[in-house]
Amino acid sequence: MFSLSPSPIDPANVMERLNHPAAGAYASFEGWVRNHNEGRPVMRLEYEAYAPVAVKEGELILDEARRKFAIVGAICIHRVGALEIGDIAVWVGVTAAHRGAAFDACRYIIDEVKARVPIWKKEHYASGNSGWVNCEAPPPD
Amino acid sequence: MKRLHVLYFAILREQRGLNEEHVQSAAATPAALYAELVSRHRFSLPQDRVRVVVNESFADWDSAISDGDSIVFIPPVAGG
Repeated sequence: MFSLSPSPIDPANVMERLNHPAAGAYASFEGWVRNHNEGRPVMRLEYEAYAPVAVKEGELILDEARRKFAIVGAICIHRVGALEIGDIAVWVGVTAAHRGAAFDACRYIIDEVKARVPIWKKEHYASGNSGWVNCEAPPPD
Repeated sequence: MKRLHVLYFAILREQRGLNEEHVQSAAATPAALYAELVSRHRFSLPQDRVRVVVNESFADWDSAISDGDSIVFIPPVAGG
């Protein structure tokens, strides 16, 4: 299941939904808000999503992961709204009979979500400036 | 002329100053519509850095668009 969350992600709570007697391995990934990007100090950021298409594309990625890897369950949750340094921006959890498929599917899901799902990140810098990541020309040297 | 529902996100939303609008256009394709909007609103992103969604599905730039379609231009994404 792929979802967008306007409120903080609680991994302990979410991972319970992955409990399954056929699962012998569990792998997860958390993306955290970092205090710097490309050499610039970041104070906070905002995520914006085109919700219906983000959820549809996210579900498609989870379906692809289920087809490519021998997994039991997979969940991905992405935050939207205003986030502070250290907050969880994205969470992926995968269960499988064995660790290889769990690691591989987890990596596949986060890589594809970052590349394809219509979610945008606006960073607010220590300088007072802000910018949409990947959308703006790099700052002048 | 077609009446198209255009939604804006992220940098395009800020450059347009609107979340969404109805646009009257003779554009036959998303590419023609984007070119029209770029010249009207001075969007900074060239078409080759943008994807297009028509009626909530990713579409080709040269696909046909119809009266009443919902069109979203997708700036480079940055989830994760």
